[in-house]
Amino acid sequence: MEAGKMTLDDVARRCSFEVLVGSELLSGRTVAQVFASDRMSDVLASAGAGALLVTGLVSPQSVVTAHIADAAGIVYVRGKRPGPDALDKARVLGVVLLATPLSTFDVCCLLGSVGLSGADAHRREKLT
Amino acid sequence: MTSNEPLFVRQFRFEGKDFANAGSVSTEVKAILRSLGLPAPLVRRASIVSYEAEMNVVIYASSCTATLLVDLRRIVLTFDDRGPGIPDIGLAMQVGYSTATQEIREMGFGAGMGLPNIQRNSDSLDVRSTVGHGTRLEAVILIPPEQAS
Repeated sequence: MEAGKMTLDDVARRCSFEVLVGSELLSGRTVAQVFASDRMSDVLASAGAGALLVTGLVSPQSVVTAHIADAAGIVYVRGKRPGPDALDKARVLGVVLLATPLSTFDVCCLLGSVGLSGADAHRREKLT
Repeated sequence: MTSNEPLFVRQFRFEGKDFANAGSVSTEVKAILRSLGLPAPLVRRASIVSYEAEMNVVIYASSCTATLLVDLRRIVLTFDDRGPGIPDIGLAMQVGYSTATQEIREMGFGAGMGLPNIQRNSDSLDVRSTVGHGTRLEAVILIPPEQAS
């Protein structure tokens, strides 16, 4: 597997994420990068295909956005839980939903510590 | 068959302010484009164009007729809405410009990225609007010759 990429199954296990929807899809999904935002247009503008979305937005729009953007899945932060409409949509569209009690910052640090990079990693490298 | 003869045409009619079904047209557009065997990056770009345009209608307009047309050379998405129209299209195309309410922003939209995102993912974009009447958006995504099959 390409450096900096790992399966969603591996990521969920190593970060102790709870799987809300899509446990059967985890091993077949590769996480290419991480993108964190509560703005769905930012996700559509800047997240690449295969991104793992980190968000506190639990509306059905987060699920549709992940589907449209070819995201690997969504991690909901701060113990937030999507409602039945969002869960149903995720099942129908095949979007993996994960959850964690951690904050956005701590989730991103954790995902970085297991070897994943952000969508703007190339820009960060130029700054440091 | 000539290269601009439509291979597929589908029309959708939907209502504005129907937040419960927001995105249903674009998920269908994506499924159709996948079923036509188009490459994933092209399907992704067209789906983003469709979803941003659909959300604009849901947020601002009262109703819309959307059309998906695919031929050997391009994907054409047209959104023709009845609504308030856009007084200054140039301003609306600027990143960060938005007239959305706080409620819309809490849904994750209305950050002033919609039309700029549509433009970024389109090879050509035409937006025409009449204030008090509605807006017509036509976005074209070209299919590279080697990928048209």
